[in-house]
Amino acid sequence: MAEAPVPRVACRVNGRRVALEGHPMSRLLDALRLSGLTGTKEGCGEGECGACSVLLDGELVNSCLTPLAHADGRSITTIEGVASDVALHGIQQSFLECGGSQCGICTPGMVLAAFDLLSRNPNPSEEDVRVALAGNLCRCTGYMRIFAAVLDARRRLGS
Amino acid sequence: MDAPQIGRSVLRKEGRAKVTGQALYVDDVTPAGTLHGVTVRSPIARGRIIAIRFDPSIPWGEYTVVTAKDIPGVNIVKLIADDQPYLASEAVNHPEEPVVLIAHRDRARAAEARRHVTIEIDPLPPVFTIEESLARREIIWGADNVFKHYSVAKGDVDAAFANAAAVVEGTYETGAQEQLYIEPNGMLAVADPRRGVTVWGSMQCPYYIHTALAALFNLPVDRIRVVQMETGGGFGGKEEYPSVIAGHAALLAWKSGRPVKMIYDRAEDMAATTKRHPSRTRHRTAIGPDGRLLAMEIDFTIDGGAYCTLSPVVLSRGTIHAAGPYACPNVRVSGRAVATNAPPHGAFRGFGAPQSLFALERHMDKVAAAAGLAPDEFRRRNFIRTGDTLAVGQTIREPVTMGALLDRALALSDYHQKRQRFERENARRSVRKGIGLAAFMHGAGFTGSGEVHLSSVVAAEATVEGTVRILSASTEIGQGTNTIFSQIAAEALGIDAADIEIAQPDTAIVPNSGPTVASRTCMVVGKLVEMAALAVKHALIDAGYLPAFYSRTEFRSACARYIEAFGTLRGASQYAPPPGLKWDDEKYLGDAYGTYGWAVYVAEVSVDTRTWETRVDDFVAVQEVGKVINPTLAMGQIEGGVAQGIGWALYEDVVWREGRMINAQMTNYIMPTSMDLPPIRVYFEEVPYAYGPGGAKGIGELPMDGPAPAIFNAVAQAIGADVTRLPLTPERLMSVMEESAVG
Amino acid sequence: MIPPLDRYELATPASLQAALEDLAAHPGARPFAGGTDLMVLLEAGHLPPGRFVSLSKCDELRGIQEDADGMRIGACTTYTEIRRSAVLSLDYPLLAAAASETGGVATQNRGTIGGNIANASPAADTPPALLVYDAELELRSASGTRRIAYLDFHTGYKQMNLRPDELIAAVHLPSRSPEWRGCDHYRKVGTRRAQAISKVCLAASMRLDGRTIADARIALGSVSPTVIRAQRAEQALRGRTIDEAAITDAERALSDDIVPIDDIRSTARYRMKVACNLLRAFLQSHG
Repeated sequence: MAEAPVPRVACRVNGRRVALEGHPMSRLLDALRLSGLTGTKEGCGEGECGACSVLLDGELVNSCLTPLAHADGRSITTIEGVASDVALHGIQQSFLECGGSQCGICTPGMVLAAFDLLSRNPNPSEEDVRVALAGNLCRCTGYMRIFAAVLDARRRLGS
Repeated sequence: MDAPQIGRSVLRKEGRAKVTGQALYVDDVTPAGTLHGVTVRSPIARGRIIAIRFDPSIPWGEYTVVTAKDIPGVNIVKLIADDQPYLASEAVNHPEEPVVLIAHRDRARAAEARRHVTIEIDPLPPVFTIEESLARREIIWGADNVFKHYSVAKGDVDAAFANAAAVVEGTYETGAQEQLYIEPNGMLAVADPRRGVTVWGSMQCPYYIHTALAALFNLPVDRIRVVQMETGGGFGGKEEYPSVIAGHAALLAWKSGRPVKMIYDRAEDMAATTKRHPSRTRHRTAIGPDGRLLAMEIDFTIDGGAYCTLSPVVLSRGTIHAAGPYACPNVRVSGRAVATNAPPHGAFRGFGAPQSLFALERHMDKVAAAAGLAPDEFRRRNFIRTGDTLAVGQTIREPVTMGALLDRALALSDYHQKRQRFERENARRSVRKGIGLAAFMHGAGFTGSGEVHLSSVVAAEATVEGTVRILSASTEIGQGTNTIFSQIAAEALGIDAADIEIAQPDTAIVPNSGPTVASRTCMVVGKLVEMAALAVKHALIDAGYLPAFYSRTEFRSACARYIEAFGTLRGASQYAPPPGLKWDDEKYLGDAYGTYGWAVYVAEVSVDTRTWETRVDDFVAVQEVGKVINPTLAMGQIEGGVAQGIGWALYEDVVWREGRMINAQMTNYIMPTSMDLPPIRVYFEEVPYAYGPGGAKGIGELPMDGPAPAIFNAVAQAIGADVTRLPLTPERLMSVMEESAVG
Repeated sequence: MIPPLDRYELATPASLQAALEDLAAHPGARPFAGGTDLMVLLEAGHLPPGRFVSLSKCDELRGIQEDADGMRIGACTTYTEIRRSAVLSLDYPLLAAAASETGGVATQNRGTIGGNIANASPAADTPPALLVYDAELELRSASGTRRIAYLDFHTGYKQMNLRPDELIAAVHLPSRSPEWRGCDHYRKVGTRRAQAISKVCLAASMRLDGRTIADARIALGSVSPTVIRAQRAEQALRGRTIDEAAITDAERALSDDIVPIDDIRSTARYRMKVACNLLRAFLQSHG
């Protein structure tokens, strides 16, 4: 029996046009990872931990709850698209310097959640940071260094 | 020479890879032809396996299927008691016990097929609680359901009780806790009879897996290779269980001849793998008229689950810490680990000590009240001091500064003023406030003669470029191993931490520096790193290539010249106990640990009497952990541990039904989010430890011990009633308050 | 783990009309909005196979508009859009509050109000607010449109007054008279402060005439097989001044309105007591 061709969805990932392969109902998470972008992590598969966070048309989403069909014609940013070729993004630099990343598995999602926050609110309070990151669970840090990192990035990006 | 490397916040060694998403975890690697493995598990708690049925609607020819019959070596997960099978064949002893393994190139097909295997079991009566296990109506393990019993005794307890001014009793219970590392467990294996077995995966202890696989496959150790990938958190949860997953993946690889990847999903990881041991502690305490401790009698029991696994050592640590940082002349501690038909409980940060210290420190507030003393004053009178002897017979020779830690914690938290104010204001409020403290210690390294038995080895290897590579089996799991080892080696060598490379833990190339557990990585293995690095330096000096004072450039050229002359430059070190340490395994007495971290924590809480929700408003953590190697990483360790302690105290409730965790989802097992934690304020006192690298002690587990009792003591003040069972969910607190209102 | 997907279909019609025709042509096909519930079920292996019709290209189902008799919220409007709506925050603050307490940012960006209703969970966060505001649902099918009171929509646990070929097109919120302003009260009790499934949720409002309660709306989640309006409690409060007697009567009536259960998240007893306490807190805050 000949196998049916794998369906594809045309979209932009980190600025590049790509065709992601998979069933329309398969998870954007899996399609991204199969395409080689393994920086997007799976922590729970139920939209609870945020490790799979990506930006879909500039909005933070859990890629484990996003069917591939919903990426059709849209623009996706993953952790691999945050830094430039030469330098870390300010948020990444702040996470590195402030100790915002320990085991690192929540870090890609945290960085994208912080990116999403700072792109909407360049001057967040700590309470704003807490609210914005509530969908991204971290078991290592107790969040304190992550708050420090986001507030440090606020300063870094503001100046 | 470069600036000091120890004591500054060098950036995390692998941090760049982590913040850019480039760090490779096991699920990020998929060799061509990889099959995906899944596990078929026991649906019930206890029984005899009658048959395993494979639904004929599934084309089983496409699948690799493994049962116990396929095991080439011993069907035992090699650890302590050799009682746990890799795959159950005759009997099952807990829900989720592995029975059949299935692999397919399509992960979804493998997952689906799992639902088409039926394990027929003739049920036997199960045992689910400590009480049922001790009642021994059913014997489910050994002769008496007891995995291990320890007795610690000091002085004449019975005589002291006879002369007591007051006696205070209490019983305290703690529930299971899921480690909840955000990266679920996973392994990738290749295996065949010719080349042997290689696994890559998420783990804390490569050599535990190495030993286990050699027995499982009946292969010589040189045919087994274990490689740690980037590991997304462990907290003990990746100490012993990865040996099971590695074995399963390797069995499927052995039979199929293909690489096999086994990644647990969250539900499976929560339901099937280890958790913190539930516990019950009974205290009976005698005090004198001056508010001094006369005698402590402690009965400490933990639920080990269905197999022995690490329960004896968890019990050991819990037993030794049970009497805490107090100088009490007469102490008797009886510790038992008992069997139930739940999945085996296992390692989790603190390893028994959080359980026994929770009981102790909640109890000490009640003893203080009986003595007519404030919680802080009572503790201060009874704190251990240099020259005093702990319950286990260990005389503390180094400076102990519990009083100073207490003073600082009280001042930073404004304890006295707040305690009075809350007392005054609570009656009029629907949201009541409380402030509570806990004083405790945590031993660093393996218990007793454990480190001597491990005899850990570390190597350091210089390159012609003047960098030095550290070879150890100690894993980076987020806590900072790579970074602090770099700092320690760089300090010893007088070069920059950036010039140190940390070898990936791979049993083919790194020596066995022991498991990454027990707050031993920094203090014990770190010391070996320092010694191995010094061996490199001394080789250069002895060969005449390096002057006593040198620059980075001089170091580099010395390495190059040495390697040109001798081929390689390698230093190695092996553990030797600090002088004078004595431990008696038989009597269970002596120097239980090389040293201890000491701490006083203060929690401030609000209790909403309309919803019985407790919120921690402020948290002060003051500790003495020797020299702090990297302040940012050390603060991160303490903050993370406190967060887990807060979760354990208030939120994290494993809901059991017939021995099975039924809330095995992140939606229903509640860990704290960014919205749930108070400011966690961390302070260090630094008293250098003579036998730690640069004066450092262990740090990883300490912060797990203090939050729960501090929070419970604060809640007790807020509501004016006793609280003894953890976690203190709103539902439970409602019952407590209703009962106290009636009583 | 995701099951094999060969027995699942996800069609993406280009318009609302096409979606309705698809639903009519494929009996058993189910609408698929943001996916924040359905994808969780799929992952857990609990989503029955079949055809799903994605509403992602149905632009008619999005947006918040004022119309003659109030507000119309398209069913595919996300929690984020609701949370950010200045008009809703001002006039229907309970809905904005509920949206901001549903999941985290990523869930709020994808989850829709129509999906929240159609999932029919008794623990859903926005429906109690809709009950307080006397919301109506606009139900569309290829054969027409009907409007029903949201109060009559849920008929039992996970049961709805919705035909298989119909979908929820919009939520209508009637205009609020100024007398209701200022008394809106929302309190969700979950185990943690964010990303929690509610154990008890109360949305309430009242119209005061001096110190007398002229009318009240009290709705709860997680205490009955569906989200419910506590109409006995409302009745007990009408015409009363807020005092201890009125509060006690309302609590007693509320305990007849709700039938909480024990489950893995909480206990019946806790839910009952907290529901009463939340009602009390609401009344006392205006007493």
